[in-house]
Amino acid sequence: MAEELTFNNGQGACMRAHDLTVHRGSETLFKALSFELQAGQLIWLRGSNGSGKTSLLRVIAGLSQPDGGQIRWGMQPLAGCEEYESRRVYIGHANALKDDLTALEALQFLTTVHGRNHGKASIESALRHMGVFHRRKLPIRMLSQGQRRRVALARLVLEKNAGFWVLDEPFDALDDAGSLLVQQLFKTNVERGGTVLFTSHIPFDGAGLLVRELALHGTRGA
Amino acid sequence: MTPMAALLARDLRLASRRPAEALLPVVFFVVAASLFPLGVGPEEATLRQIAPGIVWVCALLSSLLSLGTMYAGDYSDGSLEQMLISRMSSVELAVAKCLAHWLMSGVPLIVVSPLLGLLFGLSWESIGMMAFGLLLGTPVLSMMGSMGAALTLGLRNSSVLILLIVLPLCVPVLIFGAGAVSAAEVGLSPSGHFYLLGAMLLLTSVGAPVATAAALRISV
Amino acid sequence: MKNLPRFFTFASPSRFYRAAGWAIPWIYAVAVLVSLAGLYLGFFVAPVDATQGNSYRIIFIHVPAAWMSMVLYLVMAFWAAIGWAFNARLASMVARSLAPTGAAFTFLALWTGAFWGKPTWGAWWVWDARLTSELILLFLYLGYMALVEAIDDTRRADQAGALLAVIGAVNVPIIYFSVRWWNTLHQGATISMTAAPKMANTMLLSMLLMTIAFWAYAFAVVFMRTRALVLERERDNEWVRALGVNNGSVA
Repeated sequence: MAEELTFNNGQGACMRAHDLTVHRGSETLFKALSFELQAGQLIWLRGSNGSGKTSLLRVIAGLSQPDGGQIRWGMQPLAGCEEYESRRVYIGHANALKDDLTALEALQFLTTVHGRNHGKASIESALRHMGVFHRRKLPIRMLSQGQRRRVALARLVLEKNAGFWVLDEPFDALDDAGSLLVQQLFKTNVERGGTVLFTSHIPFDGAGLLVRELALHGTRGA
Repeated sequence: MTPMAALLARDLRLASRRPAEALLPVVFFVVAASLFPLGVGPEEATLRQIAPGIVWVCALLSSLLSLGTMYAGDYSDGSLEQMLISRMSSVELAVAKCLAHWLMSGVPLIVVSPLLGLLFGLSWESIGMMAFGLLLGTPVLSMMGSMGAALTLGLRNSSVLILLIVLPLCVPVLIFGAGAVSAAEVGLSPSGHFYLLGAMLLLTSVGAPVATAAALRISV
Repeated sequence: MKNLPRFFTFASPSRFYRAAGWAIPWIYAVAVLVSLAGLYLGFFVAPVDATQGNSYRIIFIHVPAAWMSMVLYLVMAFWAAIGWAFNARLASMVARSLAPTGAAFTFLALWTGAFWGKPTWGAWWVWDARLTSELILLFLYLGYMALVEAIDDTRRADQAGALLAVIGAVNVPIIYFSVRWWNTLHQGATISMTAAPKMANTMLLSMLLMTIAFWAYAFAVVFMRTRALVLERERDNEWVRALGVNNGSVA
């Protein structure tokens, strides 16, 4: 069963997927999924547990190849597209922070590895923005889950350009204040023309923004 | 700082924060090699003859023992995912990881090997040959090992599986490395062995990072 | 490009299943008949060897088995690579089915080598170049089988196995060369499996027949194993379900 979702707010489509199919083991997670994601959009990817949300996010992030169909950035296939790779920010369910590094070192590593060379001052101000500045010199293993999530998401503070953000359960482990901070970040990115695609099992308020929904259901199996 | 350099620096820094764990391969190396005289007898001539083989086999095993953790930590905390879609290519990632592994487990072995040479009664010349052979051979072991580690990411019993997969591939290095020392001991020239070790190093340097990168993409 | 679909006709699991099912009994028959002929020639007709007497006759099994073990490894690596490169499901299944047979031939070569060594040189095992290489080849097979068994996800298992098989295939010549080097360095004595008796025509013919027999056996067994894999992996397809309905039994 094919699912077509097209959102058009006139700003030009950036990502197009056509007939995407993803298997996991002998199971088909979703089949013939097509959608278009555009600049300046905030999209909430919804679906029940096990419906393939994380798998879809990983395909969009470029971590895995779909078993069928194509996915494109503009006219180019996603794989190896320079423009996409410079704009994409993927933050998965896991924080990607090493237990034995300090928050400062961990964030520094993540940003350097993604080609954003920020000085110590910028990293510190990002941590301050996320409310974990006072823990910056502690090893990650001494931070609470919520604080680790804040450190991981601090990458978003450092993004100054309109980016294509792919976030898997960003609000996980965050308290209300943290969630608000993140929603503000979403707003900033969307307003400057970026796109934010995220999953969340917590009801999402919207921060006053229009939220599109992309639902995965009814495409499993046959 | 380039992503590759940042990764190398990060791994070395992480190792320095857990020095006991970082030293385990070297400790194993010395302990295992020291067991052989206890099993074989302290007769000098025998020990001198079997020393190259023992030292090399123990170097092989201790190098490979630390492979289980090469990618496993990054895999489980999500760092590997981030690095695979980062500015560095998966081949650069593999190279940086191999280099870090070699610096942390190969180089200490080279440094400690003269001690074992003395324990087994080898001449200074032989000890030199052994250290040089290890210098050429341990990077190959790290690179072969990284292929095995990448293929077995996240599996149960991966440490035993890595050994089963990688040990047969390391047989040539063992033969040429130990052979060089044996040759030197009997007065023959070890240069043929070293040329072959060098050739293996070159071949592996070209092929192994590419294979490791492919394996990482398959396993993640 | 039009001809390619025809060429890949048997690449469809269902067609392979049917075609192989038809062929297997015939291939088995060939294997049995040819091996009887080969064994008769080798054990009864071929002349007694001047130096080794009758005990040399085990080479009619040992040498073909060793050849098969090496060739099957390369074939396995080839199909596994094809399966990976072209996402061809059947190729990956064939590769997986080849491994146990290849390992079995390696094992056969090893213990027939022991049976040769004992009466000839008085030892159950000699570290000559070929036997040692066969031992390492056995480890390579075991490593491949252990890896694909350990990975639950079929696609990842097939791809990882393909990579490992290709790495092994590239390394086999290097390993063989290094083992030969090692062997000549350390052994003054001329104990060697390669010092086989000078070949009379009947001996050569017998080895050839045994090789053909082993090939036929390998085809039959690999086809059987692949059919079982096909049923297992394609069980959600209608044609597999239809089989169960038609035969009244589920494989």
